[in-house]
Amino acid sequence: MIRKTVWLFGLFATVMVLTLLLSAGSPASSATPPQAASAEVKVDNFSFGPATLTVAVGTTVTWTNRDDIPHTVVSTDKVFKSKVLDTDEKFSFTFAKAGTYPYFCSIHPKMTGSVVVQ
Amino acid sequence: MAKKSKDEILHDHNNDGIDRRGFLKCMAWAGTGALCVMEGGILKSYSLSRVGEISAKEMAGELSFVQISDSHMGFNKPANPDVAGTLKSAVEKINGLSRAPEFMLHTGDISHLSKPEEFDTVDQILKSASAKDVFFVPGEHDVLNDDGKSYLERYGKNAKGGGWYSFDKKGVHFMGLVNVMNLKAGGLGTLGHEQLEWIEDDVQHLKHSTPIVVFAHIPLWSVYPEWGWGTEDSAQALAYLKKFGSVTVLNGHIHQTMQKVEGNVTFHTAASTAFPQPQPGKADSPGPMKVPAEQLKSVLGITNVNYVQGRQALGVVDSTLA
Repeated sequence: MIRKTVWLFGLFATVMVLTLLLSAGSPASSATPPQAASAEVKVDNFSFGPATLTVAVGTTVTWTNRDDIPHTVVSTDKVFKSKVLDTDEKFSFTFAKAGTYPYFCSIHPKMTGSVVVQ
Repeated sequence: MAKKSKDEILHDHNNDGIDRRGFLKCMAWAGTGALCVMEGGILKSYSLSRVGEISAKEMAGELSFVQISDSHMGFNKPANPDVAGTLKSAVEKINGLSRAPEFMLHTGDISHLSKPEEFDTVDQILKSASAKDVFFVPGEHDVLNDDGKSYLERYGKNAKGGGWYSFDKKGVHFMGLVNVMNLKAGGLGTLGHEQLEWIEDDVQHLKHSTPIVVFAHIPLWSVYPEWGWGTEDSAQALAYLKKFGSVTVLNGHIHQTMQKVEGNVTFHTAASTAFPQPQPGKADSPGPMKVPAEQLKSVLGITNVNYVQGRQALGVVDSTLA
């Protein structure tokens, strides 16, 4: 009887240890995938704020025009190009590749900015 | 301001009826609504609240036209919620001139967002002006989509390339230039190689005594580069015009009157008919400037230009909508 108990206990302990080992090795795979990062650029007073934005690969950047004049967001290297944004209109772009992305407002070309993707 | 004064010519260096000191003194009053008329070699200045008070004889030249600019049809923010109304006031002002202008120049930003209905509205309002012919050049707000195709379809039928063209009226050669396309990051207005070659070719066979009027949206001189108020390659264009005794450059874009005389070239910017903008450096940015509602019309305006044959320089007069 005692031998059976010891045997059962040993089995139980082994199963427990194995379960612990297995569960320690894997991430929380049953949880929802982590949210993609997002970042904001405010367009106001004929400027982009922040002028240089640093984000991680995969981040979606959203520009919002808070100025009382329309602006555009145009990549100097033709990677992205917004339509004309009137006050309160937005433009978003997801940066899938690392790099530096300078851009400007094609209506007021003195307005320049850059997104650095790391 | 009710006084009248007469500035006699003291030193007529160019034999063109203009004394620089008198001219500049007179032009300094332009912002407060003064009228300077050159007639018979004498620069006369009058205080001005309504242009119509000046007699037709005094206003007479051989060629008379009006420049309007920056109507921004479609703009509806606090700086002016009714740009159609103020454009109509500008037309009323034009129709009140004792001598009807023969035609009008619109130096761009006709629309605010390049929308067809915005262009339609401006065309409709201008139909009731005394001057039936209007010559346009685009502002950056007119070429927002499709690289200006819809602008060119509407206003560029007789134009070359990106919409530039020239024509002659009573011996004066007019050149409408486009400096709002293909703008580069961090840059200013730009004319571009193709247009510069056209300018050189266009004036090649003109007599040096031909008065030239150049009109374009962004100023062709360096008003305030920090705000984009200038044109990168205008020096080349002006070099092609160096041989002419009288060059008048009419621009818009900055929504305020400004004047500069450099040798034989007179540069002039017109007020907007929609909203004012701050003076260079006097604000964080060159955006619409809000003024008390009752003052709005006093910071908007039209420009009346007169040419008298034999007198090389053109008489350029600003008046507000107030």
